[in-house]
Amino acid sequence: MAETTYKVLILEPSEIVSTGLRKIIGQGFRTPDTGIVCDLQSAAERIRCNAPDIVVVNPSLLSDSSQLSQLRSVAPQGAVFAAVTYALFDEKTLRQFDAVISVFDSSRQTLHKLQQIAGSTSASSHGENYELSEREREILVSVARGKTNKEIADLHHISIHTVISHRKNIQRKTGIKTIAGLALYALLNNMISESDME
Amino acid sequence: MNGRQTAQTDRASHPTRFDENMKLAELVASDYRLLSILSRLGIQLGFGETSVGNMCRRHNLSADLFLLICRIYSSDGDYTPETDHLATTDLEDITSYLYRSHLYYSETVIPRLGEKIELMMNSCGAIHRKILKTFYSDYCSEVANHFEYEEKTVFPYIRNLISGHRDESHGYDIAKFRDNHSDIDAKLDDLKSIIIKYLPEDCCPAEIRNEVLFEIFRFEEDLSKHTDIENHVLIPLVKKLETDGRNDI
Repeated sequence: MAETTYKVLILEPSEIVSTGLRKIIGQGFRTPDTGIVCDLQSAAERIRCNAPDIVVVNPSLLSDSSQLSQLRSVAPQGAVFAAVTYALFDEKTLRQFDAVISVFDSSRQTLHKLQQIAGSTSASSHGENYELSEREREILVSVARGKTNKEIADLHHISIHTVISHRKNIQRKTGIKTIAGLALYALLNNMISESDME
Repeated sequence: MNGRQTAQTDRASHPTRFDENMKLAELVASDYRLLSILSRLGIQLGFGETSVGNMCRRHNLSADLFLLICRIYSSDGDYTPETDHLATTDLEDITSYLYRSHLYYSETVIPRLGEKIELMMNSCGAIHRKILKTFYSDYCSEVANHFEYEEKTVFPYIRNLISGHRDESHGYDIAKFRDNHSDIDAKLDDLKSIIIKYLPEDCCPAEIRNEVLFEIFRFEEDLSKHTDIENHVLIPLVKKLETDGRNDI
């Protein structure tokens, strides 16, 4: 993990907040460049050119939910999006993000949240670890039981995007692509019992 | 290994060099996988020194089409078939070849694989035996549905098109088939991964486990060639016929 470098982009209009975030992120991640932008259009351009691994966004800059999807669509596969908040937002807006950081979080909390979401993509993409994480095992069980991405997101209090990212990692690690295959895997490993399948 | 060396030195070994003057026996010797194609086309072994061309004439088959299918089966995915020289009459033969392949899969390969899986699981616990059996029977239904759709919708559509009856009312065309052509190899691939990696080590004898895996690898390879024929030969030819048909109107 210590060897991995991350490209970070911060979309935040307040210089005080963005500078503070950059400093905190620099303490926990090896980041050759952390970009800061103040508006959506520059964010999209920057994402397209620099392909960041982590994007931190102030949700007040998003007027509707499609705007985050647009940013995600130009970002590289596996890039994670965190919200940074200092006001209240409705749950639906925040659910679109992989993590939510509050300006009242400590540096440690902030880094922990970012490391968790960034770690879920980095460990497997570097081929270091093919063992399923505890979280991935939980998600796998839900998939094997026939739950939809939406149901899994609700159950584990994570965004649908995070569910999809976990499922991609599960597929990469196990090599199993179909739901029936995952169910067979879970049954053979005693992660679920036959009665769970009904 | 020896076979491979022989094949490399054989003048006819490369699929693109297959031609109708070759002996049929020579063709089979260059790639044993072609054996299963012969049986699907109703060609019996024991054909002596017959050439490919003669055998095709005897079976009322286009030699061009026969060689095209053989080339697809023998190439390692590096061969793009040319369909320009194929005619509408070949389309009938392709459809009937694909249908016979379905029969070969559903009547020979799938039951044989099922039997081997059962044999493999004989010494496993009852629960493992049952869940693997259920998985395989679900897979069999999926394959049966896939074939049924092609046999009841796609093939009749093509036959109508060949005979000049284009049924516009249903709004069906081959592009719909192309876009919705689902994979039936994903579950098979998962089964393979599970047998290799996740079936417990002491669960079943290694020999029969390998037997099952060989069977799956061969089946997967055959299915992928079957799909190549559908995507690179059948669909382009039907598309051509659809367009020409429209021009005639």
